[in-house]
Amino acid sequence: MNELIGKPVDRVDGRLKVTGQAKYSAEFGVKGLTYGVAVQSTISKGNIIRIDTSKAEMAPGVITVMTYKNAPRLKQPGAAPGGNKPGAVMLGEKNLLPMQDENIHYNGQYVAVVVAGTFEQAVYAAGLVKVSYQEEKPLFEIEHASDKIYQPKQNMGQDIQFHRGDLSAGMGAAAVTIDETYITPVEHHNPMEPHATIAEWKGDHLEIHDATQNVLGARGGFAQLLGMPEEKVHVISLFLGGGFGCKGAFWPHSILAAMAAKLAKRPVKVVLDRQQMFSSNGHRSRTIQRVALGADNEGHLTAIRHDTTSETSQVHEFIEPSGLATTLLYACPNLQVTHNIVKLDKSTPTFMRAPGEASGTFAIESAMDELACKLKMDPVSLRMANYTDIDPQKNKPFSSKYLKECYSKGAEAIGWSQRNATPRSMREGKWLVGYGMATATYPANRSPASAKVRIYPDGKATGACCTQDIGTGTYTIMTQITAEALGIPLEKVSFKLGDSALPKGPGSGGSQSAASVGPAVRAAGLDAKSKAIHLSIADRVSPLYGLSETDILVEEGRMFSRQDNSKGESYAALLSRHKLPMLEGEATTNVSTRESKQKEPNKAVNSNPAVQEDEAVQRDKYAFHSFGAHFVKVLVDPVHGMVRVAKIVSVMDIGTVLNQKTAESQIMGGAIFAIGMALMEETQYDPVKGRVITASLADYLVPVHADIPEMEVHFVGKPDPYITPIGGRGIGEIGTTGAAAAIANAVFHATGKRVRNLPITPDKLL
Amino acid sequence: MLPFSFIHVNDADAAIHAAGPLDKFLGGGTNLIDLMKQGVERPPKLIDINSLPMQQVEKTESGGLRIGANVRNSDLAYHPEVVRHYPVLSQALLAGASPQLRNMATVGGNIMQRTRCPYFFDISYASCNKRTPGSGCAAINGYNRNHAVLGTSEHCIATHPSDMCVAMAALGAIIHIQGASGVRTVPFNDFHLVPGDMPHKETLLLPGELITAVELPFIPFAENSHYVKVRDRNSYEFALAAAAVVLHVQDGKIEAARIALGGVGTKPWRSEEAEEVLVGANANEKTFAKAADAALKGAVTHKFNAFKPELAKRTLMKALLQTQNAMV
Repeated sequence: MNELIGKPVDRVDGRLKVTGQAKYSAEFGVKGLTYGVAVQSTISKGNIIRIDTSKAEMAPGVITVMTYKNAPRLKQPGAAPGGNKPGAVMLGEKNLLPMQDENIHYNGQYVAVVVAGTFEQAVYAAGLVKVSYQEEKPLFEIEHASDKIYQPKQNMGQDIQFHRGDLSAGMGAAAVTIDETYITPVEHHNPMEPHATIAEWKGDHLEIHDATQNVLGARGGFAQLLGMPEEKVHVISLFLGGGFGCKGAFWPHSILAAMAAKLAKRPVKVVLDRQQMFSSNGHRSRTIQRVALGADNEGHLTAIRHDTTSETSQVHEFIEPSGLATTLLYACPNLQVTHNIVKLDKSTPTFMRAPGEASGTFAIESAMDELACKLKMDPVSLRMANYTDIDPQKNKPFSSKYLKECYSKGAEAIGWSQRNATPRSMREGKWLVGYGMATATYPANRSPASAKVRIYPDGKATGACCTQDIGTGTYTIMTQITAEALGIPLEKVSFKLGDSALPKGPGSGGSQSAASVGPAVRAAGLDAKSKAIHLSIADRVSPLYGLSETDILVEEGRMFSRQDNSKGESYAALLSRHKLPMLEGEATTNVSTRESKQKEPNKAVNSNPAVQEDEAVQRDKYAFHSFGAHFVKVLVDPVHGMVRVAKIVSVMDIGTVLNQKTAESQIMGGAIFAIGMALMEETQYDPVKGRVITASLADYLVPVHADIPEMEVHFVGKPDPYITPIGGRGIGEIGTTGAAAAIANAVFHATGKRVRNLPITPDKLL
Repeated sequence: MLPFSFIHVNDADAAIHAAGPLDKFLGGGTNLIDLMKQGVERPPKLIDINSLPMQQVEKTESGGLRIGANVRNSDLAYHPEVVRHYPVLSQALLAGASPQLRNMATVGGNIMQRTRCPYFFDISYASCNKRTPGSGCAAINGYNRNHAVLGTSEHCIATHPSDMCVAMAALGAIIHIQGASGVRTVPFNDFHLVPGDMPHKETLLLPGELITAVELPFIPFAENSHYVKVRDRNSYEFALAAAAVVLHVQDGKIEAARIALGGVGTKPWRSEEAEEVLVGANANEKTFAKAADAALKGAVTHKFNAFKPELAKRTLMKALLQTQNAMV
């Protein structure tokens, strides 16, 4: 067992990608394709009083110009099934049906789509659309809207306000307290691949290529808004050049492509340009977080308070749940975690890599560092003093937690013992040196999923689920799982995904794909294997005739007797002899680690023992989370304050590692994401017009190679006995959590200057 | 992007002859093409001058260097004469942009590079005195963290973005220009203009004129020169503040100094004020601090760039200290 799981297998799609053969959504040649270019509002609040498309319509190659006046009417979606079940529709902007009326809610809202025979013609004509507005006074700053702040009860069906024990008593009992405010700015995902949709009507069927992290959610989005049955919509998303959350919800450009295709009576491709990637496909909310901590002299926390205020748009209530991690990181009897939001006249935020945890751990883990300083206590020791194996909010044990091992391994790898605790005390040549650390955490999500696995007479096999590979390695790990379940070599397996016609899978978000789809694929593979064995042992001409299933092992695609391995036959021989075109196994695992989704009966009749065993696990007894720690060394120029991250050590407890290579890449990528968050990423808006100022990759800074240090990734690697039969938890997001705080803590250690307002740019260290 | 015509020429006369008043010469295109895509630059004709024989770096009779306008930034940065005799120029070039951009960008194009002011770049803002004379300045009350603090006016606070030009300003380069009526030279520090009430007029170059070369004078002490750039990330980012310094110190006394600042001025900012403080004084931290104060004395800040004078002072301090081989 476990010959393939965990191995640093190369990406199975690597060659396709580096040779340009992997087709991304914008790259599909569709007969008669036309090009749609969107025109966006240049005001933030008000309405269109005149929209003149006459010049654009007369421009060369233009087929149609769509505005709210002639756009196909959309259906207001009903109470769509929310949550994380496969097929749940998540509209990016719930209260804005695109291009249905003249109202403007944010700068960059789509007001027209120009469709032309070539991209250049469409771009040129888009510049000829003239829009006149009646402008109202907009509101852009949380600080200017304190009277409009409110407290939502729930976030996506989950409680979002937390109180336990007695906060003021806990604070009163504390020997040492801190009370500080931390601010994180708006950040944009900026995947390399921009959003892209190709929409083609085939009669009353809609064929879609869409850069989406959720093909079923997108299918539902098209169907609901256009008022048509889901069966008539087909969504394909074979490769994604990153998403980081901005391709999770259903955003207006996708439906606009379908509407424009209807109007133009031709297939239409809409690709957002880099500037457009900054206005209408979500971003991380700006947050203002007040954190107060109280502790006794030994560092035991007596009270935790974490109040987050984040901003959203007028057309969608998005809550950045920054305090969620705070409820479970440390043992503490008295706690208050609140989430407050305010609607501003800006575009809509959305999930961005570790939504909540990334911004929230910056605040709570900075605050823990401040508390450690005030207590004159080592930051690692402070965390150890408050260690808990039980989720203190849910009062349930964690399914498995090896965070202590993460702390000790990380401390050893960075050389923590040589750290002089006094700020601004360490130097290397001209540089000020600082060491910082922080805890990482992210929920271990799992959702229902289905899969099919087929064995073919040529000895090859395929696995399939409609899940997406957003660049994380889903193709590769699902191929590994399929091959291992069947007992055939990796090279003989291919995996199909990213197609709404395939078995159901959840959206690729919340780090849930590996733990959700993996068990379904495994169970489907075991089902196919079992069917093959049954066929063989019932076949009089088979060398395995008459044996029982438990007597049979499979290796290298060959079934053989456990007692006598000379007795056996290959899958290929069996299928050929029976003239079977293929043999198919299938499985649906109806499992969720989200409390409110527990105990939904699996409606499918389930004879698959792997599924039965998986579903029988008593998951509601446990809290499912991954943990880890980042240890960081920074160098700071003492004269002008430029910060250089010199080393990051990330040690993660994510259960079983499915693929050492892709797993390391995920954690490194997550930590690099956090370097951006800590030191440079910040979307700036014009204070007068509310328009994004930093709408290009020259103006919105993400780390370049020169910013990326030596990186070390370690995994504890102990299986989680409750999450899945394989024991692995998802890892797409945890690498980003905690790391910005670890860098900020290291900068404080180097300079003696505490920056509580990200990013830490040179001007803040003067 | 608007339709335009495109021609390719092989010599300077043909280029100048072909150039109408609104036409543009095309070098590496690393800035011009972006601006055309944005609709900021709208030349009716592009004249490709990449085949013009302006690719050479040659020693002049007086011991300086004559650099052809088509020399690529990368080639100039690694040219042995530049590396050895004008390290400040090599360092400034390598601090600019990214390797890919430097491989394309030319010396002439770098001199003609336009500001990165977001309000200049985005034509949806009606107010930009550079783009549309008399329309106002959206940056003054806008997000102006990257804007200039020296040489500004109430009409424009846009920063000159070049690193190379800061080094050339410090080195006192001379720009060679060819036009329909012949050739002329302009001292580097006169070439770029402060905005005043005509921010759209950025240089002394007349319509149809072509930069053919830049000449660096022979400066025997330029080997002791440094470029320091402070920015929000370690590569591919414009300066928050930058300093080019050339310092000649003998027996602890400063005999000569050339100082220029980047990231803070509306043009590549030669600071004669700082040079005056330095020349004749002892080379020490106190003198350097006084020079830095003098350089930023006239600074005018706005809402988001109030940090710039202090950061620029420290950047200049850092560059001056580096000429003393100090551990900084």
